[in-house]
Amino acid sequence: MEQIQLTGPQGPKPKKTTVSRFGVYAFLFSAAIFFCIPLYVMLVTSMKGMPEIRLGELFALPGDPNFSAWVKAWSEACTGVECNGIQAGFWNSVKITIPSVAISIILGSLNGYALSFWRFKGSNLLFGILLFGAFVPFQVVIFPLIIFLRETGLYGSLAGIILIHTIFGMPIMTLLFRNYFSSLPDELFKAARVDGANFWQIFLQIMMPLSIPVTVVAVILQTTGIWNDFLLGLIFAGRENLPMTVQLNNIVATTFGIREYNVNMAATILTALVPLAIYLLSGKYFVRGIAAGAVKG
Amino acid sequence: MEETMATSVKASKPRRAKRIQISSLIASVPMAVVAIGVFVVCVGYSVMLSFTKSRLFPNFKWVGFDQYERLWGTSRWLVSVENVFLYGVLFIALCLVSGFFMAVFLDQKVRFESGFRTLFLYPYAMSLVVTGLVWQWMMEPSLGIQNVVQRMGWESFEFAPLVSSEYAIYGVLIAAVWQSSGLVMALMLAGLRGIDGEIWKAARVDGIPTWKTYLFIVLPMMRPVMITSVVLLAVGVVRVYDLIVAQTGGGPGMATEMPAKFVIDYITVRSNVGLGMAAATMMLLPVLLVIGPWIYREYVRPTKH
Repeated sequence: MEQIQLTGPQGPKPKKTTVSRFGVYAFLFSAAIFFCIPLYVMLVTSMKGMPEIRLGELFALPGDPNFSAWVKAWSEACTGVECNGIQAGFWNSVKITIPSVAISIILGSLNGYALSFWRFKGSNLLFGILLFGAFVPFQVVIFPLIIFLRETGLYGSLAGIILIHTIFGMPIMTLLFRNYFSSLPDELFKAARVDGANFWQIFLQIMMPLSIPVTVVAVILQTTGIWNDFLLGLIFAGRENLPMTVQLNNIVATTFGIREYNVNMAATILTALVPLAIYLLSGKYFVRGIAAGAVKG
Repeated sequence: MEETMATSVKASKPRRAKRIQISSLIASVPMAVVAIGVFVVCVGYSVMLSFTKSRLFPNFKWVGFDQYERLWGTSRWLVSVENVFLYGVLFIALCLVSGFFMAVFLDQKVRFESGFRTLFLYPYAMSLVVTGLVWQWMMEPSLGIQNVVQRMGWESFEFAPLVSSEYAIYGVLIAAVWQSSGLVMALMLAGLRGIDGEIWKAARVDGIPTWKTYLFIVLPMMRPVMITSVVLLAVGVVRVYDLIVAQTGGGPGMATEMPAKFVIDYITVRSNVGLGMAAATMMLLPVLLVIGPWIYREYVRPTKH
């Protein structure tokens, strides 16, 4: 796996001329403003009342900052027919994400291990097909999968959507673990074999403890990916299990009379909170995760 | 192909290892099921349906290329394809350029580097639904950015792309670039940091100006990073669905319709599976042509030692 090093700039030495230094900072600050504006607007809008929003002062700080829109978004806003807020979607997302992440990582690590140390006839071809799956647009396989899940009675169930996420997570998880295991020294494996350890013993007692760092990356990659999913949840989860992203879209699309922008923005923030927290807390691991997602062998 | 596959084994194993390989085979069952069952059988099934009369349910009446003829005679599809090309080219170009600039400027031994980095990348952690909704709100004509600037005195200022069928696609583009350019920045920064410091010394000794060094020496050296970025962004372009649904719903009119949305609409609301699958097959084609050879070269073809 490509290790991303972000410590210590490597570029040319800064020139003494202050004009170009000023240019560098001017560019960076204006870029930073462009990236900040949406988050800022979300935050201030969510803390305003509707009369204040109608004044059209998008960037103004809230005169009377309060979290009533957040409370409404969480527990009262209408997601279609029901008006219980986005909390149901939050718990659905939790229920979908945790097992999907766990199962796809277990299978991905097992696949990666088998592909690195126990290659069999055709295993490379199998991996090639699987990897190709990482690029197949969902649209191409969705319809047969709908039929398959309908036939097995899993369509519109929690188990169904977990299965779907596991399927679509498998290519990238397998790649991640395969690349990691291939980077480990061969001697480690050979020594264990000489000592008589079998397939599962080597996996459980040697490879799993060694793969903690890559597992952290995998957890981050999968959690944010599955939490942010919209299309698969919309199609496969069923009415009872719609994830937060789908419910968020429903809240905004449901318009009875006035559009409550403050509630919409609060719901938007609530939906973004989990991946944002993961991003801010995991830092380098997140970057490693997306670099791994970049499919670099 | 089978024979060549087996020769790529990392370390040739003795015959007695065969017995243990059964465990490996068992462990690989889920992988085989997904690879063959989903990515071969399901793709094949979809492609097959595109040659049938299927409406709401699969129907195996073979109609040849009829669905494709209809597809390419459907204005909504033609508009979608046109949109995805315009959007894709601009999206990839803008992300590459802005990502490269952000990376280069961050690499100038600046203060608050990690702060800037965090800011540039956080949108990538957020879902495209969230991205779409936030930008839709800011592009709202009467309460959004347009209104604020007009009230500041610039009366003729216009920034409400989403309500105009001519500019809506650019509104989507801004949101998409906002969400993804940080990713390119992170990849490019890693690429820049991977370049040997000696290159810089040599360039300085030769008296080559910094910008020339970047353009003619560093940029060509970053080719692998660029390819990776383009592949990632391009896959995102073909798949673009959530952002459209959240930000514009495909409108106004058909201004922001995309192939990915076309397929979903035709297999769900419009119950025309045959046509939808023909569209899906068209989406698969560019992916197959670009990614297929690359995967084969990188991962499937035996490595020669």
